[in-house]
Amino acid sequence: MRIGLPLLIRLVVFLALAIFLARPEWFASLLTPLTENGAPPVYVQSSLLSLTISHLLMVFAATIASTIVAVGLAILVTRESGREFLPLSRSLVNIGQTFPPVAVLALAVPMLGFGTWPTLIALFLYGLLPIFENTLTGLTTLPGPVMEAARGTGMTGWQRLIKVELPLAFPLILGGIRLSIVISLATATIGSTVAARTLGEVIIAGLQSNNLAFILQGGVVVAALAVLIYDSLLLAERIAARKSGLNRAP
Amino acid sequence: MRFGLNRIDRVGVVVALIAAYGLVAPFALFRANRIVQGEGRSLLSALPPSLGVILLAFSVIAIVMALLRLPLFVKLLTSLVMLAMLAFAIGSAAGFLTPEGNNYARVSPGSGFWLLGAAFALLATDCLARLRPPPWGRIAILTATVAAITFVLTSGLWDGLSIIKEYFSRADTFWLEAGRHVTLALGSLAVAAVVGIPLGILCHRVEPVRSAILNLLNIVQTIPSIALFGILIGPLSWVATNVPGAADLGIRGVGMAPAFVALFLYSLLPMVANTVGGLAGVPAEANDAARGVGMTDRQRLAQVELPLAFPVILTGIRIVLVQNIGLATIAALIGGGGFGVFVFQGLGQTAMDLVLLGAVPTVTMAFAAAVILDAIVELVAPANAGRKEATA
Repeated sequence: MRIGLPLLIRLVVFLALAIFLARPEWFASLLTPLTENGAPPVYVQSSLLSLTISHLLMVFAATIASTIVAVGLAILVTRESGREFLPLSRSLVNIGQTFPPVAVLALAVPMLGFGTWPTLIALFLYGLLPIFENTLTGLTTLPGPVMEAARGTGMTGWQRLIKVELPLAFPLILGGIRLSIVISLATATIGSTVAARTLGEVIIAGLQSNNLAFILQGGVVVAALAVLIYDSLLLAERIAARKSGLNRAP
Repeated sequence: MRFGLNRIDRVGVVVALIAAYGLVAPFALFRANRIVQGEGRSLLSALPPSLGVILLAFSVIAIVMALLRLPLFVKLLTSLVMLAMLAFAIGSAAGFLTPEGNNYARVSPGSGFWLLGAAFALLATDCLARLRPPPWGRIAILTATVAAITFVLTSGLWDGLSIIKEYFSRADTFWLEAGRHVTLALGSLAVAAVVGIPLGILCHRVEPVRSAILNLLNIVQTIPSIALFGILIGPLSWVATNVPGAADLGIRGVGMAPAFVALFLYSLLPMVANTVGGLAGVPAEANDAARGVGMTDRQRLAQVELPLAFPVILTGIRIVLVQNIGLATIAALIGGGGFGVFVFQGLGQTAMDLVLLGAVPTVTMAFAAAVILDAIVELVAPANAGRKEATA
């Protein structure tokens, strides 16, 4: 990663975001031109900071759950005893990707009711796909000589997995988690259509009252979060890739 | 491993567990009207007695077959027969449970039906994934499935089901919204291809432009869809009032125009990125050979680079199409129409049948688009390269 201007821009974005979330009223005069008929320029029904925190918590909770399940599943289907599930799990992952988020959310409502749960389920399901795919790629493309050496030193299957396979696949797994988080950050906003407490609430309030200022502040906060989180995870991934010695992370 | 265990198919165990649970869960839901909570009816009480017993017996046989290591073809056939039986049974359940002459009562599939369906669909998916039918085979299977579903729908077998009743009470709007949905998804894809492919070629040729454009398009992707749809309302209503003729073309602040532009913007990144990726993947030898025979840059692009990059560009089109079909549901939030209209109306009225009326066609369309385009990508790609790209 080049240090310098890009890093400076990120710092500025981060500071601007932090100030906006802590003191949104300072930006009121900036947002007023976007409103009509004296509508409020800053969303006040609930605090932007608490919505952001709830948005992030939901994304992280779902991502942790999908990481555990997706990595576990990828490990299972790459072992001898689970190999029978490999074609099926590949197809399911591909089919899962064709399900639109709105459809998943709407279909989860009858089972789980309105609010946080259908959103968490939708985020969890979407999060699975990139992590599973990347972990699978990581575990199935390990260099043959390394695996031979691990077997040659008498490591058991479990030891090979923990000490060799997972560390080598780690950068790719991180890549999957990064994709999954960025997708979830945007998908979580749709969760507000089923009454989850996320930044989507601000955007939807804007759509309903025709208030561009609301739409913009909700959208920009989510986009800024996504860019910042994406960049920091990319950095972590590059460091991990350098450590693992296998140069195949992006 | 013991001899006996080797005869058990492990995927079959999962299928059997889901199906067994499906047999005891409520097969159909009965509701006095469209918005009250449903009460579950078990398999045997939801169906005419003889049909219930037959379905139960067939399910048990199919579960046992799923558990055994039988030829994949046999298993595939078993799962298809079971899916057909389930489709027939849920239709009869509707007729059986609805009291004579009652127009308010609703019958919809219960969790038992969905679980049984999921179990046998899983079995079929597993067989197909292991059989790996060639591209044409997959398109043929898809066509046959669509034909079978169309037949069931037109035969009136499902007319008693509540989702079909929702359809009948708004058949006109259904097709209108379907048309809008397709226009949004395909139209924005077409414009994105026309703009994105040349932009991708430009990015490939001119290095400094590449990172600037790709970074910008990456940022567009991070803006949540509902916000981007909303943000475009402003600029487009300005265009509608200030650009002569724009309003006559149907451009408005709300409605289809901002939805179309938003989908177009989301489509650009996969189009440009895949064009750049495809062109970058053209082997240096091919380019050298083309230069060696005296081709101009333009000839080389048209006759060497683009044909070789085509499968990757097509993969981009596949990503965009599936993504657009899903995202077009959001258009309903800004008055842009599409199947999202039913989804959001249904959520508002807590009428789940109406939600399904919007969600099921969307999922079906996205799935069909994915199958067809994956097959086409595999057909145009060179024998080996294709497989990887298609599943990526």
